[in-house]
Amino acid sequence: MLAYVIPFCLVVIGLALALNLVRLVKGPSLPDRILALDTLYINALALIVLFGIWLGSDLFFEAALLIAVMGFVGTVAAGKYLLHGDIID
Amino acid sequence: MPFWIEALVSLFLVLGSLFALVGAIGLYRLPDFYTRLHGPTKATTLGVGGMVIASMLFFAGRPEGPSLHELLITLFLFITAPVSAHMLAKAAMQKKLPLAERTRGKPW
Amino acid sequence: MKALRGLPHPLLSLLLTVIWLMLVNTLSFGHLLLGAFLGWAIPLLCRDFLIEVPRVRRPLQLGLFVLKVFGDILVANLAVAKLVLGPKERLNPAFVEVPVAIEDKFVLAVLTSIISLTPGTVSADLSADRRTLLLHALDAPDPGQLAAEVKRRYEAPLLEIFQCSPT
Repeated sequence: MLAYVIPFCLVVIGLALALNLVRLVKGPSLPDRILALDTLYINALALIVLFGIWLGSDLFFEAALLIAVMGFVGTVAAGKYLLHGDIID
Repeated sequence: MPFWIEALVSLFLVLGSLFALVGAIGLYRLPDFYTRLHGPTKATTLGVGGMVIASMLFFAGRPEGPSLHELLITLFLFITAPVSAHMLAKAAMQKKLPLAERTRGKPW
Repeated sequence: MKALRGLPHPLLSLLLTVIWLMLVNTLSFGHLLLGAFLGWAIPLLCRDFLIEVPRVRRPLQLGLFVLKVFGDILVANLAVAKLVLGPKERLNPAFVEVPVAIEDKFVLAVLTSIISLTPGTVSADLSADRRTLLLHALDAPDPGQLAAEVKRRYEAPLLEIFQCSPT
């Protein structure tokens, strides 16, 4: 059963990534683009966890955790830049 | 792997990926920034949550014993999603982004 | 919880140890020791940044509340999925002002996070005097009712669980 379910989920997540990408290109404003990037990294996280299940490997956990941490820091840095025009204050 | 574990893993995987898709659709088609903020920050977080639960169930049957460390990802996302949503909402209000016509009430 | 001199936040130390053990995904003695060391050292090193967490008055009720919030997140996500996929013309987005009675910083942060996590509402801003919270709701035909609902479902239990009387 998993042999069919996992490719299906890969397609669904790929579709979600494509929709995020459309929003990222279309904008129209800077917060919209940052929001699109934020969603993009969370969806990439789902993709990596899924890939780990597919390969039956535990090694992808570190990658997923790192993406989660770095993505959050990136979103907060971009948000602070928008709010104050400065990242470190 | 027993059949029922496989079925549970499949269920959580499908649910998780569908939630992620709903979040992305919300980001794509809702009319203004504030409504778009709703889709990704929550549906997507829940989608990853479903994936992580599926992964935990899948790896639980191995000889090394169950692993809990995937839970840390969900925990981290549940703590950080409100923070980034709040930050982006504040930035949008400062930039005075246009609202959808039907919105009632005003941002400060 | 009585604060000791060398161990200012015992619960935080325990939490850090557990998180370390989850991170390395083993329960060997060496990692237990290392986790205990980290749980002791990290709160000491950053004690100036930590804010005071009020005492939990009713632990049992806290557990029930957490379960209820998770249930709400699941149920409300399904509702929001229906809204997102439905026709756009049916949405009634609104900015709603909710007066809050919570004074403690930590509990207020918990409340705003819960509001952001339960779908349909995002906490957008807090007034400078910390008395009013600005929410954005995806679909609120009746803003007054939404504000009352937030106060009843989340603020009242939080006030009851943590020892911080509003007046």
